[in-house]
Amino acid sequence: MALKASDLKVGDTHTARLVDDLKRTQIVQYAGASGDYNPLHSDEIFTTKVAGYPSVFAHGMLTMGMTGKMLTDYVGDARLTKYGVRFTSQVWPGDTLDSTATVKALTERDGVRLVELDVRTVNQNGVEVLSGYAEARVD
Amino acid sequence: MAVKTFPVEASHILMFARSVGDGNPVYADADYARTTEAGGIIAPPTFAQASAQFDPDYFLRPKPGRPWFGSGKNPTGLVREEGGGGGGAAAGLHAEQHFEYHRHLKPGDVLTATSLPGKTWEKEGRRSGKLIFSESVTEYRDQNGELVITARGVGVRTERPVDQK
Repeated sequence: MALKASDLKVGDTHTARLVDDLKRTQIVQYAGASGDYNPLHSDEIFTTKVAGYPSVFAHGMLTMGMTGKMLTDYVGDARLTKYGVRFTSQVWPGDTLDSTATVKALTERDGVRLVELDVRTVNQNGVEVLSGYAEARVD
Repeated sequence: MAVKTFPVEASHILMFARSVGDGNPVYADADYARTTEAGGIIAPPTFAQASAQFDPDYFLRPKPGRPWFGSGKNPTGLVREEGGGGGGAAAGLHAEQHFEYHRHLKPGDVLTATSLPGKTWEKEGRRSGKLIFSESVTEYRDQNGELVITARGVGVRTERPVDQK
């Protein structure tokens, strides 16, 4: 499962579809699991009439969580050492998201081999919704 | 945020993994998980965020007998204060999140979380007016006092809703 440093080179990519036609129900599911019940994510009336957005939208952390699956599917279980992101655009119900990890560097720290990755998630229009990085142990 | 007791439980990990669409059995099936490098069920990488469930004062959870800003009879349960500004609850958004994993969480861990405020800064946004960013750093420690995850979050308050054009 885990990646081997000897099989990797800078510029290698791994891409995965995170979600196809994101449903409001999944956003509600994330609210329940995470404990973040901000009405912006589940309450269409509040979000359109009070907050002034066209509809409810996903928690940034839902996008980060879905992007995390792409990463752990790539680097293996319990291998991540760092993972950080910026939320660059909102994610809406109906969005389809694809995410890519790109090998930025292969390094070593305290005798542990590591891969540094650039991480980017885009929607169906090619608009970036999340931009970040990850670091993981490799064999 | 301060959380005195964040018990990491298998059922919560299962529900959290489902909610992010991650069917990896390492988050759900103890027998399978034992055969993996993880050695047992672990939590997915963003699970620490669910510590909100264990923060008694978490402001984005409705509480019995207390006002809630979501809709009910009216589009919001809050009475707007005179001159209280426009954005109200709409103004706060999550801008960044960073995790450093010293080890991965597993069922049976009992964590504490302590947060310290970090920097604040301002920026003029093209789509939402003035942006005020504020950072907080949260340390998650386990039942032995060991640091397991360091998290850094950045929130942003916008002058007006983010323009979608």
